[in-house]
Amino acid sequence: MTDFTIRVDQNKYLPAGSQEVHGIITVEASGPVERAAVAEAAEVIIIDTSGSMSYGKIADARKAAQAAVDTLRDGVYFAVISGNHQAEVIYPGDGRLGPVNAQSRHAAKEAISRLRAEGGTAMGRWLRRASDLFSAHQVTHPGAIRHAILLTDGKNEHEPAPEFDANLTYCSGKFTCDCRGVGTDWVVAEVRRIGSTLLGSVMDVRRPEELEADFRAMTEAAMGKTVADVALRVWIPRAASLNFVKQVSPALEDLTGRRTDVDALTGDYPTGAWGGESREYHVSVRVPGGNIGQEMRAGLVKLVVPATGEVLASGNILAQWSDDPVQSTRINPRVAHYTGQQELASLIQEGLQARNDGDVETATARLGKARGIAEKAGNEETAKLLDKVIDVDPESGTARLKRVVDKADEIALDTRSVRTVRMRKDPEN
Amino acid sequence: MVTGACPVCGTRVLAGEAFCERCGHDLSLRPVSCTACGSASVGADGYCENCGMLQPTGRDHVEIELEALAGVSDRGLRHSRNEDAIALLAPGQGVLVAVVCDGVSTSPRPDEASQAAVDIAAAAIAKRLADGDDAEQATREAVRLAADAVAGSARIGEDSPACTYVSAVVAGRQVTIGWVGDSRAYWLGPQSALLTTDDATPGTHMLTAWLGADAGEVVPHIRTFTTDGPGVVLLCSDGLWNYYPEPEALAANALNDTPLTAARRLVRLANDAGGHDNITVAVIPFGQGERAETTVAFPKERSD
Repeated sequence: MTDFTIRVDQNKYLPAGSQEVHGIITVEASGPVERAAVAEAAEVIIIDTSGSMSYGKIADARKAAQAAVDTLRDGVYFAVISGNHQAEVIYPGDGRLGPVNAQSRHAAKEAISRLRAEGGTAMGRWLRRASDLFSAHQVTHPGAIRHAILLTDGKNEHEPAPEFDANLTYCSGKFTCDCRGVGTDWVVAEVRRIGSTLLGSVMDVRRPEELEADFRAMTEAAMGKTVADVALRVWIPRAASLNFVKQVSPALEDLTGRRTDVDALTGDYPTGAWGGESREYHVSVRVPGGNIGQEMRAGLVKLVVPATGEVLASGNILAQWSDDPVQSTRINPRVAHYTGQQELASLIQEGLQARNDGDVETATARLGKARGIAEKAGNEETAKLLDKVIDVDPESGTARLKRVVDKADEIALDTRSVRTVRMRKDPEN
Repeated sequence: MVTGACPVCGTRVLAGEAFCERCGHDLSLRPVSCTACGSASVGADGYCENCGMLQPTGRDHVEIELEALAGVSDRGLRHSRNEDAIALLAPGQGVLVAVVCDGVSTSPRPDEASQAAVDIAAAAIAKRLADGDDAEQATREAVRLAADAVAGSARIGEDSPACTYVSAVVAGRQVTIGWVGDSRAYWLGPQSALLTTDDATPGTHMLTAWLGADAGEVVPHIRTFTTDGPGVVLLCSDGLWNYYPEPEALAANALNDTPLTAARRLVRLANDAGGHDNITVAVIPFGQGERAETTVAFPKERSD
């Protein structure tokens, strides 16, 4: 059984008249390492087979998909989808998922080896097909952890935007999906929308030959999930309002709009499936003003399985008004850290956007500031990527955009802008 | 040191006691309805499940409910501690005793002074009545003993602890009020009235009389009246009457409810109005259930 704990980091003291309360919620899931009692799992592997995947990429994609099939545990239910302007289930192909065993592994890998690159790109249709497979599977296996892997190398050119939107909405909540973009022709914003909607990661894979190891690692992580469909349940006082609920680690994800009302004061925010891992959330609540000395519960955060109502862990976000400025002006280091991480991501995304729009001044200002924050906060990888886009004079701090930037570096910087680092050292420990 | 009464049976309990020795009531329990929003959904962890406010503990918020009377004392919203104190007794034979004292904030340890005063006064009234004194004699003696206790608590080198005093003794159809300072008693009914005159410079909170070593000889005002009711005798500290001085406004919120509900409501009204001071309210319903035989609504006075 997986054990969950919730820890809340905050400074509960507010100066008189202040109404903004912030807390960083750290959720840790831990449990037995061996997988004897793991939950049922269902996996769909989606491989881009559009025309642009030729020139060798398709060979690496085949290897990667085969590695993923090899990594699946026996007994897991799975399917493989070949995606171009339409979606074809190349294994098992009867509208269902099939169980993993030696024979089905062999057959699936055989089918994968026959994949060819031709046609266009319509990712929403691939996902809809996967969603239907999961839905059919859920009828007989209601508790299964449903996960997909999506590989793409290009822009979603052959699916009108409204159809893509509708397909994403259709899939939302039915499964989680980790996405990988290979090469430099895919659009980060598009794939990020998929990852956000389906609560999965998005990463760039610079060289096709790196796909195999990446797919193996991703599948292993999926096999390590033990609890499906967990939600963060947030209660706030009647007179309060919720500013936002965001995942801030391992990557930024604004969950505010993903609320499902439980009652007038309580809502659920989806977090997908959990294995042995830790994630952090930033919750901000606006409370009615209080008087000096009064203490209020500004938020009650629980990790729940909405289907059963089971509460896995819970923690309080508090507010207490104080006339002691030493208490009330202290900023919790973890809140400060993740506030900085959110600013860093915005600066990078705005800076890259400005750069593409030809607004050199804004781009330089944003990316230069991002470089400073990245260094201070310990985002070493981000700092290195920023160095490929911008030069900052270490003496004067003057920033200047680089003339020539490798497209792969730009994509990596954009993709990874939402990935956060944890605090370098925790002063409370 | 005596610090209060068990909210269930009224037995005196000592500081630090977790359970009432007589009835076993868990004294650590917080109020069941929220002191901030009034909703009846306070969780086991002490936070209101409606408005989120942590419920006060200990002297910050005291509720006492005896069979026939009830009182609530609350820190209010602006003061760091509750310097008011309240004691209620039902010594038997239909006699009810309520005492409210308001510690003077500018004096040292006003919270100790007020607590000592209510404890001693309530016990003294009950004892004197049992010994055959009438209510006025008992009240006078209670004020004398309470004043002595407060005066005697002064320490060398500091100002004298000080507090106000108001008490009510209800015996049969007779009500005896005694007071020193600006804590008040009201008669609330079809014709409501303020029963006390403040010992304070008009328009200010400058007390002209109080219990304390620097008060000189303390001479209480005492009034006795008889009434057929129905109505309520209300004792309160200025934390309430600063906001609601008019008897009619108090009556509108104190009648037709259980004493505890009425006391809670009045305290919440004061907090809603700003809660600038500690708020203490004692509610003694009078003539309830005798409505049919009521003939006189307004109290007949017999002042000293």
